[in-house]
Amino acid sequence: MANNDLEQPIVRTHALTKQVNTGDQQLTILQNIDLTIHTGEAVAIIGASGSGKSTLLGLLAGLDLPTSGKVHLDDIDIFALDEDQRAALRGKILGFVFQSFQLLPALTALENVMLPLELMSVPNAEITARRLLDRVGLALRLHHHPKQLSGGEQQRVAIARAFATAPKLLLADEPTGNLDSATGVQIIELMFELNREHGTTLVLVTHDETLSRRCSRQLRMADGKLMQ
Amino acid sequence: MNHYLLSLRMLRRDWRAGELNVLVLALVIAISGLTTVGFFADRVGMALARESNQLLGADLLIMSSKPLPPHFAEEAGKLGLTISSMTKFPSMISNGDGNLLTEIKAVTEGYPLRGNIHVTSQSSTLASAYPEMRLAEGIPTPGTIWVDDKVMTRLDLKTGDMVDIGAIQLKVTEQITREPDHSVGFINMGARALINAQDLAETELIQEGSRVSYQLLVAGEMKAVQQFRELAQARLAKNQKIEGIRDARPEIKAALERAEKFLSLAALVSVVLAAAAIALAVRRFTLRHLDGCAIMRSLGASQKQLLNMYLSYFVLLGLIASSIGCLIGFAAQQILAHWLTDIVETALPWPTWWPAVHGMLVGLVLLVGFALPPVLNLRSVPALRVLRRDVGLPNAHSLWGYFFGLTALSLLFIWKAHDVKLGLYIVTGFICAIAVFGGLGWILIKLLSKLRHQAGGAWRYGLASIHRRAASSILQAVALGLGLMALLVLTLIQDDLIKDWHASLPPDAPNHFLVNVQTDQLQPLEEFFQQYGMSQPPLYPMIRGRLIKINGKNVSPQDYAENVQAERLVRRDFNLSWTDKLARDNTIVQGKWWKEDTQAAEMSIEADIAKTLRIKLGDELTYDIAGHHFSAKITSLRKVDWDSFRVNFFVVVPPGLLEEYPASYITSFYVPPKEGAMMHELVRAFPNILVVDVAMVIGQVQQMIQQVSEAIKFVFIFTMLAGFAVLYAAIAATQDERIYEAAIFRTLGAKREQLSRAWATEFAILGGLSGLFASAGASGLGYVIGKYALHLDYAFNPWIWLTGTSIGLIGVLTAGLLGTRAALSTPPLLTLRKIA
Repeated sequence: MANNDLEQPIVRTHALTKQVNTGDQQLTILQNIDLTIHTGEAVAIIGASGSGKSTLLGLLAGLDLPTSGKVHLDDIDIFALDEDQRAALRGKILGFVFQSFQLLPALTALENVMLPLELMSVPNAEITARRLLDRVGLALRLHHHPKQLSGGEQQRVAIARAFATAPKLLLADEPTGNLDSATGVQIIELMFELNREHGTTLVLVTHDETLSRRCSRQLRMADGKLMQ
Repeated sequence: MNHYLLSLRMLRRDWRAGELNVLVLALVIAISGLTTVGFFADRVGMALARESNQLLGADLLIMSSKPLPPHFAEEAGKLGLTISSMTKFPSMISNGDGNLLTEIKAVTEGYPLRGNIHVTSQSSTLASAYPEMRLAEGIPTPGTIWVDDKVMTRLDLKTGDMVDIGAIQLKVTEQITREPDHSVGFINMGARALINAQDLAETELIQEGSRVSYQLLVAGEMKAVQQFRELAQARLAKNQKIEGIRDARPEIKAALERAEKFLSLAALVSVVLAAAAIALAVRRFTLRHLDGCAIMRSLGASQKQLLNMYLSYFVLLGLIASSIGCLIGFAAQQILAHWLTDIVETALPWPTWWPAVHGMLVGLVLLVGFALPPVLNLRSVPALRVLRRDVGLPNAHSLWGYFFGLTALSLLFIWKAHDVKLGLYIVTGFICAIAVFGGLGWILIKLLSKLRHQAGGAWRYGLASIHRRAASSILQAVALGLGLMALLVLTLIQDDLIKDWHASLPPDAPNHFLVNVQTDQLQPLEEFFQQYGMSQPPLYPMIRGRLIKINGKNVSPQDYAENVQAERLVRRDFNLSWTDKLARDNTIVQGKWWKEDTQAAEMSIEADIAKTLRIKLGDELTYDIAGHHFSAKITSLRKVDWDSFRVNFFVVVPPGLLEEYPASYITSFYVPPKEGAMMHELVRAFPNILVVDVAMVIGQVQQMIQQVSEAIKFVFIFTMLAGFAVLYAAIAATQDERIYEAAIFRTLGAKREQLSRAWATEFAILGGLSGLFASAGASGLGYVIGKYALHLDYAFNPWIWLTGTSIGLIGVLTAGLLGTRAALSTPPLLTLRKIA
C-alpha cells in the first residue's frame, strides 16, 4: 500500500446514534458507534439488509443528521457546520460511488466527471476529466450520455467522477449491486487500482463477503451496532 | 460562471427529451394568445380610432365661439400635423320663392382630414332616397355651394341652380349625401350646406354677435396628435375646447372602451390559464429533478449554486418559450387581420412592438412566478437521497410558494386591464376561488374516500387513488376548475357583451327623428303613418324651460363659471317632458320612480347632468316656462343609455303637471331604406317638422360593433387553446406515477380494462369536481364583472351549472383516458426496469 501515515485518523465517530420515530414507536437504527478510520485504510462495512450500514455511510458523509454523537472528518466536526458548509467539505475531501451510479442524465460522460470540479471552481476541469475517463477506459465514450452507456460503463464514469477532485476519502455504497458479477469484478479491480494510485482512504459498504475480504479491515454491523 | 453552462446543458437535454413539453406548451399558448390579442387590439384600436375619426373629420378638433388665435395652427404645423379649418354657422338660404334655415360650413382646402365627402349628381329629389354615391373631389370651388337633400327638397333645387346666401349668390354644383361631422346629435341635424371659406367674407354673414363656431381640424401621427393635444390643452381659453373622438361620441366611446376591456380580459384569462397549467406541470418537473439535485448536493454544490442554476435555467426557458409565443402571436394576428379585412373596411395599420415586449415580460413573470418557487425547494433536497430514494419527496407545495406569482399576476392584471377596479375584481375573484375550491375540494375528497369501503372494484381504486394523491388531486381540481371558470366567465360575458351591443342597436333601431311636431299635427301624422302601413311611433311631449332656481335660490351662469358645460346648461333652455313609465333604456340609480297616479310635483333627472349641476336627490328645481314658474322636487336620478338612439330627456315629470304649457312633440322611428320616398312625402306634407336622418351614423356604429364582435370571437379561440393546455398539463402531471402504477397493477394481473375503469372513476370525480367549482365561480365572478366593470345587465344562467359540470366531467374524462392510453399499453417490465 502506498500509504505513508497510518496513524492519522481521517474519520472519527463518537457515540454516533440515529433514532427515528415511527408513529408511537422509537426505532434505533444506529447505537453508540465509536469508530476510527486512518488515512490510507480500506475498510469494508458488512452486514445484512437493515443492519444500519447505509445509515452509517450517510452519516459519515454528512448526508444525514444523527440523533446524537459526533463525526469528525479530517479533524472537522461536520455536524457543527451548516448544510452548505458540509456540502463544500464534501466537495473538497469526499468522493462517492453509488449502487445506482447517480449520473446526471442531462450531461455527457465528460460533463458528469467535470461537474464536481466545476462546482468547486477547479481550473482545467476538462483536462482532469479527460485524463480520468481515459484511465477508466472510456476515452472513446466522452460525449455519450448516461442513457447510451451500459451499466458497467456508467459505473466507470461514476468512479472517474469520484476521483476527479482527488478526494481524501472515497465512500462506496454497494458499488457492484446493480451489475452482473463479471462486470462487478472489473469495476472493483478498477476502484482498488485507482484507490492505490491516489492514496485514497476507502470505506466500502457491501454485503458481499468476497469483496469485503479485499479490504484491510472489515467492520460487521448487526442491529445498529458495530461488532468488531 | 459554470452554472450557466450547466443550466444550459440541462435545459438542452430536458428540451430534447420532451421533459418541458407542458411548460413550454402552456407558456407558448399563453404568450401567443396574449400577443395575438395585443398586436391585433393594437391594430384594431388604431383602425377604430381612425375610422371613428372619420366621423369627426379629423383626429382632433379645437372649437371656439371666437376666431381661433393663430398659435394653435402654428403649433400643429411645427409638430408636422395636417390642418384645415371650418367655420360653422346657421343662415338662411333662399332661391326666390322659398328660404330655409341651413347650417353652413365654410371649409378650407384639405377638409375633411379624415373620412370623405360623399356626393351624388342625381338632381331629382323624388327618386330613391339612397342614390348612387361617389366621393367628392376636394371642396366646393369659390362661387359654388354643395347642399344636402333637405335643401334640395325644400327649395326644390337641382344642380346648376343659383341660391342666395347672405350678400352673394352661389351655384349649386353637388348634392352632399354624407360628410364627416362630429355633431351628429339631432339638434344639429337640420339642413346642411358646404361652401368655400374664400366666399365667407363676401357673404357678410359673420357679424358681431353671430352664433358662429370656429373649428381647427388637426390630423396626423397619433403621437404628434397626442402631443399637440397636451400643448393645446394647456393654452385653452375659456371659450375654446378640444374634442377628440372619445369626447364627441358617447356611444362609440362606450363601445370602444368595452371592446378594449373585453379583449384584454380575454387575453389575460389565457394568462391565468397558463399560470394554472404551469403550476400543474411544475410538479412533474420537480420530481424529475430531485435526483440531479441530490447528486449535486452530495458532490458539494451549495444552495446558492443550485439557486443560480435554476434561475438561469428558467429565465432562459422563459425567454425562448416567450419568443416562440410572440412569433406565433404575430403570425396569428396577421392571419386574423387578413381574414378580417373583408369585414373591416379599412386596411389595418401596422402594430407597434409593445405587445411583444408585454408578451416577453408576462412569459418571464409566469414562469419565474409559478414554476420557480416549487423548483427552489429542490435546492434543499436532502443529499441523503443519493443513498435512500424514499427521502426528499417534496411535500405538496404550500400556497405561499405561489405568493410571488400571484402578486405578480395581480399587478399584471391591474396594469393590462387598464382598470384598477376590473383588475382587483378579477384578482380577488380568483384568490377567493382558489381558497374556496381548495377547502371544498379537501372536504369532498375526505367525504368521498369514506365511501370507498362501500364501493366496489373500479370505484374503490379510483377513490383510493384520489385520496392517496389528495394534495395533488386538489391542486389539479382547483387548477382545472379555475381554467374552466375563466372560460365560462368569458363565454358568458362575451355572449352578453355582443348581445347587449346588438340589442342596444338592433337592425330596426330608430334611424329617423321627427322634431317640432305640433299638437294639432298629431292626428294628421297618425293618418300619414297609417297610409304607409306603419303604426305611429310613440310621441313624446317636449316643453322648453330654463332652470332659474335650485331650492328657491336663484341660479345664474356665473355660479358655474368654472365648468363650461354646466354654464351652458344653465344659459340654455332645457327640454322637459312628462311620462308615467320609465323608459326601457333608463335605470334609476337613486331614489324611486313615481307611482302611477302620483299627484305630487315630482321630477326625475339624469344622473350625469345632476352631478354637473351639483343637484342632489330631494332638491327642488324651478323652471321658467314661457314666463311661468314651474317647481318640482327631485325624487329620482336616472342613468340613460344614450347608445340606444332613442328619444330621451334629461328632466321628466309625471303626467298632469306640464300639460297646460305649450308643448311640441318629438319621436324616433325606423324607416327601411327602400321607404325613402315616404320621408320625402312627410317633409312635403308637414313642412314645419324637422326630420333628422341618423341612418348613416347608426350604420357606422353597427358596422363597428360587427367588427369588434368578430375579433372577440377569434381571440376566444386562443383562450380555449389555453384551456386545453391546462387540461393537458393536469393529465401529464401524474403521468409518471400512472405509468408506474400501471406496471405494478398489470404485473399483479390486473386487466387493462380494470385499470382504465379505475382511472376513469378518478378522472370523472376530478372533472366533475372542477366543473362544479367552475360553475359556482363563473356565476359569481361573471355577475360581478358584468355588473360592476362592464356595466352589462347580467342575467343568471341556471344552465351554466349543467354545462360547466358536464364540460368538466366529459373533458377531463376524455382527455384523461386518451392521455393515459400510452401508460396502459407500455409493457410492465419495461417500465419497472426504467424505474429501477
